[in-house]
Amino acid sequence: MNVRDDSKGGTVRAGYVRPLDIRNGRIDMGHGAGGRAAAQLIEEIFLAAFDNPFLRQGNDGASLAIPQGSRLVMATDAHVISPLFFPGGDIGALSVHGTVNDVAMMGATPLWLSASFILEEGFPLADLKRIVQSMAAAAREAGVAVVTGDTKVVEQGKGDGVFISTTGVGVVPHGIDVSGANARPGDVILLSGTVGDHGVAVLSQRESLEFETTIVSDTAALNGLVADMLAVCPAIRTLRDPTRGGVATTLNEIARQSGVGMLLDEAAIPVKPEVDAACELLGLDPLYVANEGKLIAIVPAEHADAALAAMRAHPYGADAVRIGVVQEDAHHFVQMNTRFGGRRVVDWLSGEQLPRIC
Amino acid sequence: MKYIDEFRDGEVARKIADRLAIEARGDRQYSFMEFCGGHTHAISRYGVRELLPVNVRMIHGPGCPVCVLPIGRVDMAIKLALEHEVIVCTYGDTMRVPASDSLSLTKAKARGGDIRMVYSAADALTVARDNPERQVVFFAIGFETTTPPTALAILRAQREGLKNFSVLCCHVLTPSAITHILESPEVRQYGTVPIDGFIGPAHVSIVIGSGPYEHFAEEYRKPVVIAGFEPLDVMQAILMLVRQVNDGRAHVENEFTRAVDRDGNLAAQQKVSEVFELRPSFEWRGLGEVPYSALKIRPAFAEFDAERRFGLGYRPVADNKACECGAILRGVKQPTDCRIFGTVCTPENPVGSCMVSSEGACAAHYAYGRFKDIPVVTA
Repeated sequence: MNVRDDSKGGTVRAGYVRPLDIRNGRIDMGHGAGGRAAAQLIEEIFLAAFDNPFLRQGNDGASLAIPQGSRLVMATDAHVISPLFFPGGDIGALSVHGTVNDVAMMGATPLWLSASFILEEGFPLADLKRIVQSMAAAAREAGVAVVTGDTKVVEQGKGDGVFISTTGVGVVPHGIDVSGANARPGDVILLSGTVGDHGVAVLSQRESLEFETTIVSDTAALNGLVADMLAVCPAIRTLRDPTRGGVATTLNEIARQSGVGMLLDEAAIPVKPEVDAACELLGLDPLYVANEGKLIAIVPAEHADAALAAMRAHPYGADAVRIGVVQEDAHHFVQMNTRFGGRRVVDWLSGEQLPRIC
Repeated sequence: MKYIDEFRDGEVARKIADRLAIEARGDRQYSFMEFCGGHTHAISRYGVRELLPVNVRMIHGPGCPVCVLPIGRVDMAIKLALEHEVIVCTYGDTMRVPASDSLSLTKAKARGGDIRMVYSAADALTVARDNPERQVVFFAIGFETTTPPTALAILRAQREGLKNFSVLCCHVLTPSAITHILESPEVRQYGTVPIDGFIGPAHVSIVIGSGPYEHFAEEYRKPVVIAGFEPLDVMQAILMLVRQVNDGRAHVENEFTRAVDRDGNLAAQQKVSEVFELRPSFEWRGLGEVPYSALKIRPAFAEFDAERRFGLGYRPVADNKACECGAILRGVKQPTDCRIFGTVCTPENPVGSCMVSSEGACAAHYAYGRFKDIPVVTA
């Protein structure tokens, strides 16, 4: 039925709502006010991308059926990356991968995600749509559903485009006990691939130091890799993804948590030549540069070969290597035999990794 | 990485280590000072000390730009940011140097100061061009390596007629610092700091050449070997120093021939002398007032001198009493001799400047060498 719209002098279909102007539109305060504009934003951008039975119910929360007798794992992660789009990924994919990986590193199968968005007034709808679609694609690939979410808008100048916070819930299969506190002297330390790719890819896009590089971020969901590893080696002691602070900081965390020391072999740690060169130029150490698609596994020595073979058979672990051993050390030092023939401590990252100047 | 890996080759290092073991005489001690923080960093990061005979000791020198920056100078930069509300641009390491009132540039930034980390003096110029309504000050620190870029920035600002750009000049000079160490009572009279020779700076020497060190070799009878910043450069330089000592020679030798010649970079030197002149005296953290050891901006460029533009006066501030940075910078003490090393003073909460930069003696030892302090129990 057509009705007359006197104000504009034309006719429109009953119940018609003008869709969001994705191409030119921008987030305004109304999108966060909980009224029709907010509902439309949710419908056309978030629901359209994340569509699943939980969201379709339209409730304030998701009602989840927990598999009988299983242990739940929950992890949360906030994402504030700049720039929002970088070679190999964007904040959307990253916000799924980061949380999925945190859940997977507990030995769990990630199932559900929540997502909350803090949007800055003036943020282009086209960018938002691109980010949300990228999130949805990442979630589909990882086999998780975004089951609940929230959106808030802050005034211009009070945010940096978009911040995304995600929480993940997963279940741990029976008989799996993976924890940062489980490393034992004699265990072997495995690394799933090259280090520093993500950090360098993001740095290369920073306004102040644009440089040309072919490096792309390694951002990826590692739950598939973890599942394959656990299938052949349920005795895995520790899994951890070396994100901020890099491999060096992650190993120090595990050493402290488990009350052990570690001895690494620098020559075994894979670094792409482009990453190595960029780090050399910027005065950074690849061991402290962030990764988003790599994991460190600590396994009993007798299972190391099987775990390594499983890693190498998976696309996200093709370059997996053995990088060192866990040893007794009351001081929990992570030490490294350098390629040069010396030995040194690989310490925690202190402060930001600032470039050296001469 | 081409042109880099060749200088980090473990096999070659082993061969030099073997030569050192043969040539370093068992009946004497060798103490060499590596002047530069770059060398300190290389020695720690690559574990060079592990490859040296036990009777060859390396003393970390004061050649770390942020380590010798006195509190009063950082206070000036903080004052510019917080009271004069200018945009202060500086190199990364400078951000964390502890200043008065428990502040640092990082902490002043958190209090609302507009303080920005830049990778070069040219980037600071860009900030000035992009913010014509704001005053922009480049907090310029460093030895002869970072001085030419600062000179170029000032020359360019003058050419462009930039009215909102100035420089807080804290550039210091390597040769005067070495003289100061050699003239210090510990070295000259008491012999408490036995220095048998120096590893001469790498990047500084590219600019000033090897000529300026000839005076030390002749006047003080100390051999100097200029070396690159790669670990093999350092190993080779140590071997060359051991040979000079064994032969009773005190010459300036150049291990870093791929980059350094006798005269240095004359074009850079010319720009530096066009813009800067000697300061009669400058306070160094750890060394105190050192005559003619730093540069200031010539009167012809007064409008680009932040000290003049903002009427800043220098107020010296004493270091924390427990901090041994001064003695460590002079080679009199080692980081582990300091009571607060690794406890009160850590890279997260540096009390002294040697703990700030990874080139600082304390930070380098904390980050890379700590395991030597305590016997490690291996499985």
